[in-house]
Amino acid sequence: MMDSPASLLDFSQSKINQSLTNDDKIQLFREMVRIRRFEQTALKYYNKGMMGGFLHLYIGQESVAVGTISLCGENDHVITAYRCHGHALAVGMEMNPCMAELFGKVTGAAKGKGGSMHLFAPDKNFWGGHGIVAGQTPLGLGLAYGLKYKELEGCCLCYLGDGAVNQGAFHESLNLAALFELPVVYIIENNGYSMGTSQHRSSSYKDCLGQRAEAYDMDWDLVNGEDLYEVRAKTHIAMERARKESKPTVLEIATYRYYGHSVADANAKKYRTPEEIEKYKTYHDPTRLWRRRLIEEAVFTDVEADAIDREAKREADASAVFAEQSPAPSVESIFDDVYWETDNNTEAGNTGRHFFND
Amino acid sequence: MRELLYRHAIREALDEELGRDENVVLMGEEIAQYNGAYKVTEGLWEKWGCKRVVDTPISEAGFIGMGIGASMLGIRPVMELMFWSFHSVAFDQLVNNAANVRYMSGGLCNCPIVMRGPANGGTSVGATHSHCPEGLFAAFPGLKVCSPATPADVKGLLKTAIRDNDPVYVMENTLLYGTKGPVPDPAEGDHLVPLGKADIKRVGSDLSLIAHGRSVLRALEAAETLQAEHGINCEVLDLRSIRPLDQQAIIDTVMKTNRAVIVDESKPFCGVSSQITTLIQEHAFDHLDAPVKRVCALDAPAIYSPHIEDEQLPNPRRIIEQVLTIA
Repeated sequence: MMDSPASLLDFSQSKINQSLTNDDKIQLFREMVRIRRFEQTALKYYNKGMMGGFLHLYIGQESVAVGTISLCGENDHVITAYRCHGHALAVGMEMNPCMAELFGKVTGAAKGKGGSMHLFAPDKNFWGGHGIVAGQTPLGLGLAYGLKYKELEGCCLCYLGDGAVNQGAFHESLNLAALFELPVVYIIENNGYSMGTSQHRSSSYKDCLGQRAEAYDMDWDLVNGEDLYEVRAKTHIAMERARKESKPTVLEIATYRYYGHSVADANAKKYRTPEEIEKYKTYHDPTRLWRRRLIEEAVFTDVEADAIDREAKREADASAVFAEQSPAPSVESIFDDVYWETDNNTEAGNTGRHFFND
Repeated sequence: MRELLYRHAIREALDEELGRDENVVLMGEEIAQYNGAYKVTEGLWEKWGCKRVVDTPISEAGFIGMGIGASMLGIRPVMELMFWSFHSVAFDQLVNNAANVRYMSGGLCNCPIVMRGPANGGTSVGATHSHCPEGLFAAFPGLKVCSPATPADVKGLLKTAIRDNDPVYVMENTLLYGTKGPVPDPAEGDHLVPLGKADIKRVGSDLSLIAHGRSVLRALEAAETLQAEHGINCEVLDLRSIRPLDQQAIIDTVMKTNRAVIVDESKPFCGVSSQITTLIQEHAFDHLDAPVKRVCALDAPAIYSPHIEDEQLPNPRRIIEQVLTIA
């Protein structure tokens, strides 16, 4: 959302942000530029024809994944849709397996079986990476259900785009979340466009999309995504509501993507003006704004920021080399990871025919 | 051996598994306080309480997706579809998320859910409520499907399904809920029936009737008439499990009788019967003395009219008619 007004409140003063050390703040910057450099590198190799399928870039939205996931603790879980690279890196996945997955290599996070839209790291409480619009919203509900069932104090951050708010599965999820009092935070990353259709042409709403939560008697808030402090402050409130009161929240975070819905989006510069994209890059870019803020706060210098950016670029370049040099999966591996029981060679996995080739 | 109704055999399986594993949760519409639309879960909410037996709103995509998500964290949801016919409103969750999440994550996730409920025609509820989707779901690698015909089999297969670490879709039948049969006493040990193991329900020598679900009972009925009136001694093979499939049992019975008729309540086009027929021609071609025949639901949406509904299904009359063309 490009015309989001500058915040009237200074969220840097909220308790959760005051607890940040200088190193923490620099780390948030590092994570945002790592995502940006990863995405730029992915785009370069995608355009060279090194990857198949789609590439949904996160460039412009970095503050959302980084700000929200920086609040996660041991029992907090993350699940998102297909624009998932930012979340994957923010939860702590390394660039190499992520890039290799995009290249379809056996060293990829999912051994080349998932691709760009399906990055997973359950060991980091990251449950994908899902390709169908809003298909992940009931799954996020289930992660929250699991936490509550096991009586763990945690929550699930479930991300979706502004186009997903019109899917039935999302509405069913909101009803269940409120009805069962589940610790889930739905985060609508509103970049203004569901593929090529603007918010005004795709959604009917009164003031904003997040407000739909009211119909389900659920708390909601609207967040200016260009301000990392605001993202953290407001998400923290929602996460605490989930953890402490087991109540869901809908957050709508205004953000923007510089590239098309995917790189294959032929009309990326037709359904919006070049001026609109330029204006966001110049005045609302979350990475640039955070960098400026940290320089103003004397947390680091321009020179130090540049060094972090260079390091991120080096890391991304190296991940592309790693991916390129990695072997492709074998044809035999097509039949791995279909059934737990056959993978683990159990009695059940050896009883009856599971695969029907030839 | 003691006898149980099919619905009570299901209830006993659920009750035993709730007691065995604290992560087993029953979810579904009207399964708790209402005691189940077919009284399958009667008494379980009272015994196990709100945490273990959960009433859901009529939101199949929502609650099934929720169960899939919870299963990734180690919960083992056993979810009831009041009719399997309602799968269509939750199709994305059933085939994209449940079937694919393990694969797309390169084996990092698994999805130990059970979906169960009735999948059958024959109750005059029209086309929207009479789907038999066992072949449909068996066509998705990552899913397992079974279709038990007897109280003993439904108990044993359901318990196995709950313990299985992959998504298992159990297709029951409203017309079987009230049927009775012997079920081993729990005092004699855990009664488990493995997935992927067929069962010969009638030994015969002249022709193999290969069936699953309620069609097994109809095949058995036809076999008695064929024996009494035509002197044809049919073997009846109950597949029980569709995927994994006991291919060896199919080949063995065909090699023994040299003739096969597949009885399948789902539609003929690309159904379970088509797959079985393909396997027979591929693996037992030289043992066939006649073409493989099929008795399926007549190929139109399920008709409502109680006057002729049974003629659309594979009934004994239609089975006998097909058998007589090749025997």
